[in-house]
Amino acid sequence: MEYLVAVAVAAGLVGVPALVLWRVMRGRRELGTSPAERATFETLHTASLAGPPLRAGLTADGAERASRHLRALLGSSALAITDGERLLVYDGAGEHHAGQAFEQARATLKDGRTQVLAVDCDLLECPVRHAVVVPLTTDDRVVGTLAAYGPHASAGLVKAAQEVAGWVDSQLELAELDRSRTLLMEAEVRALRAQISPHFIYNSLTTIASFVRTDPERARELLLEFADFTRYSFRRHGEFTTLAEELRSIDRYLTLERARFGDQLQVTLRIAPEVLPVAVPFLCLQPLVENAVRHGLESRNGVGRIVIVAEDGGAECRISVEDDGLGMEPDRLRRILAGEIAPSGGVGLANVDERLRQVYGDEYGLVVETGEGAGTKVNVRLPKYHPGVSAR
Amino acid sequence: MSLTAVLIVVVAAVLIGAFGIRVSRTTSDFYVASRTVSPLWNASAIGGEYLSAASFLGVAGLILSFGADMLWLPVGWTGGYLVLLVLVSAPLRRSGAYTLPDFAEARLESMTVRRAASVLVVLIGWLYLMPQFQSAGLVLREITGAPHWAGGLLVAVVVAVNVLSGGMRSITFVQAFQYWLKLTALAVPLVFLLMAWRAGGGPGLSPQDAATWQVPLAGGKEYALYSTYSLILATFLGTMGLPHVLVRFYTNPDGRAARRTTLVVLSLLGAFYLLPALYGWLGRLYAPDLVRTDAVVLTLPGRMVGGTLGELLTALVTAGAFAAFLSTSSGLTVSVAGVIAQDLLKGGVRSFRIATLMAVAVPLGLALQARALPVADVVGLAFAVAASSFCPLLVLGIWWRRLSTAGALAGLFVGGGLACAAVLVTIVGGPYEGLANALLAQPAAWTVPIAFVVMVAVSFLTPHRVPPGVGRTMVRLHTPEDLDLDRGDWRPRSS
Repeated sequence: MEYLVAVAVAAGLVGVPALVLWRVMRGRRELGTSPAERATFETLHTASLAGPPLRAGLTADGAERASRHLRALLGSSALAITDGERLLVYDGAGEHHAGQAFEQARATLKDGRTQVLAVDCDLLECPVRHAVVVPLTTDDRVVGTLAAYGPHASAGLVKAAQEVAGWVDSQLELAELDRSRTLLMEAEVRALRAQISPHFIYNSLTTIASFVRTDPERARELLLEFADFTRYSFRRHGEFTTLAEELRSIDRYLTLERARFGDQLQVTLRIAPEVLPVAVPFLCLQPLVENAVRHGLESRNGVGRIVIVAEDGGAECRISVEDDGLGMEPDRLRRILAGEIAPSGGVGLANVDERLRQVYGDEYGLVVETGEGAGTKVNVRLPKYHPGVSAR
Repeated sequence: MSLTAVLIVVVAAVLIGAFGIRVSRTTSDFYVASRTVSPLWNASAIGGEYLSAASFLGVAGLILSFGADMLWLPVGWTGGYLVLLVLVSAPLRRSGAYTLPDFAEARLESMTVRRAASVLVVLIGWLYLMPQFQSAGLVLREITGAPHWAGGLLVAVVVAVNVLSGGMRSITFVQAFQYWLKLTALAVPLVFLLMAWRAGGGPGLSPQDAATWQVPLAGGKEYALYSTYSLILATFLGTMGLPHVLVRFYTNPDGRAARRTTLVVLSLLGAFYLLPALYGWLGRLYAPDLVRTDAVVLTLPGRMVGGTLGELLTALVTAGAFAAFLSTSSGLTVSVAGVIAQDLLKGGVRSFRIATLMAVAVPLGLALQARALPVADVVGLAFAVAASSFCPLLVLGIWWRRLSTAGALAGLFVGGGLACAAVLVTIVGGPYEGLANALLAQPAAWTVPIAFVVMVAVSFLTPHRVPPGVGRTMVRLHTPEDLDLDRGDWRPRSS
């Protein structure tokens, strides 16, 4: 009996780490059997190793980490990368040539043409005799050079250098693309912040005005709510906030809307206190609630019911915003989320969806349940912890 | 009658699990609903989840058998929160981590350390769950004569069903209620027991007991001093490494609230642990002949009070014991299953289901097979593993800038590995002779220093493996939330 336990426990102790290791190693298993296949895979693998460092653009750090793999791809004795102003890295044999590398690149930087140069060297054993300098371009602009050094300047080396430079170009273009996508993202968040609908401001102020004489105390309260609401929405700093703050802002918004619509708008909130400290992207729920209010009021009998639920789900928090409005054709919704057609009002769902995916990964996008005449329910899942995400 | 009490507790647990507590509120009282969990509620919930079978049954049993030395167990289990309060609670909350692997990743920026932490969390969780199931078997046999596996199986099934149906996840109010239920279930019978003791003329200990049993280190156990220090080290430093305790700190809105919660936990536990000590003492007077001393809490009401009242009190204590098994086990199962699902399987709902079954089945299997050690001793071993792995990680991670990834990994591996090996040898083999037995049954005194030394030494040897974002992380961990300063911006990942 005791041996059985020993075996079971030992199996557990060994098995769990083994499972982890296996999962890590599985990705590295060799593929292919014939030499040609293996060579192909090796080349592709080397290229895939050199890719990520270059994705940050042409930087000294990235160039240095990529250079070793690029040299393996080229099969040259040495390799140098420059940007428009200086040498970024010299990798391989003949370190004493590093000082000349930028001088050799100057002509290529100017006219963007491939050059083949002879290199003077007094050392007999130095393999660096010739240099092939090829330009690195993005958007038809020369941004740097790549130089391959070797004992001979064979046509093969020139060809290989050009091909590798072309591959590096595409990585740099991807880097550029990443950067512009990031900028776009930030611009969108900024746009969303300024996106309190003018109608909402106008309607709120009119509603408040209508109370000024009949119920001055209420008018004052509503005005303060309005001030707090706008202050939160126009906040400039911080990418994230806590769920508690976000819900507080939503509550202010709903207070103003209910002052306007009275009994036509019925709101139920069910919030688990455990999830209030969760960090959430700034203004990620507000647009969902605005949508729900708008759609809810369009319902047949003119009374909109909205249910907002935030539940604790272990390592994540589950939020849903539901209305009993007219709903939407699922296909139309899919196209709105894919950004193919602009929704009727504001950036709304698609923006929230995109931002959630950007922060937490694709598995955390919005999940929408809807149908013609069946109301709409938007589900959001948010992990309680995600690297780099913090409310303060 | 006791059986009825058990059934009531089990059915209540299943119902709460199945239907949850569904309270809807309209916006007008939104602020009531949005009020964050107060430190008192949160602390009660921590207490409810923390007070396991070991505290409810085991402590009194060990005190009955071994006397004053064993008072260190409840002292250490409470005192651990003092260390937690001073060194860990607020920075941990500020780190934003939900689980221990989260903290490892946030601080050391390494997936490898995260995985290592996950494996340890699972092992500690299993080790902690096993005695819960064993005690459940003991209690059910005590009241119905059922075979010893029945109780463990019952608890395991109820917990698995509950967690799978999504209930009893971590509803603070349910767990907070559990603390007060457990306190009542021990305190009310104790009042009657003390009355019975007074009515019986208030007998004292026998002269022999007065000379040995109630005097520290006089029990004639070998290497008693070493064992005591080792126990103190394990319990004081192990508390911070318990997975189901730390997830509760996330519920606090900020670091200050986390500290306050810890303070309240200290007083709640301090109050609770007075009771098992008294039970142990009464047990020494009235039931010194018990073979399985873990049952002393259940036996005393019947022996001392008797009659219908005695039965009622026994029923109350039994209900409290089952509440203890269920709350601790479900808290642990949720934590362990979450870690298995997220870090060792693929994540998602299906993984969580498989993980839940794994989290329950392995310790259940162990509970049915392993030799019957006193429940508090096995829980003590879980503390020793936590103290020799997560304590160095948390303390050095929070207070030492130069901790490197390699150092953390080596420390976790050596400290956790040695402690696990000692535990394994003790549970499976044992008992041994002389010094070996003391070293293996109470490993903390040598594994904790080794873990610290390894972590520090390897960190000094690998200065280039210090995570690049350490400065920013340290600012996050140590500055109060209301201080307005740059904590670094989040940027979308560029690839």
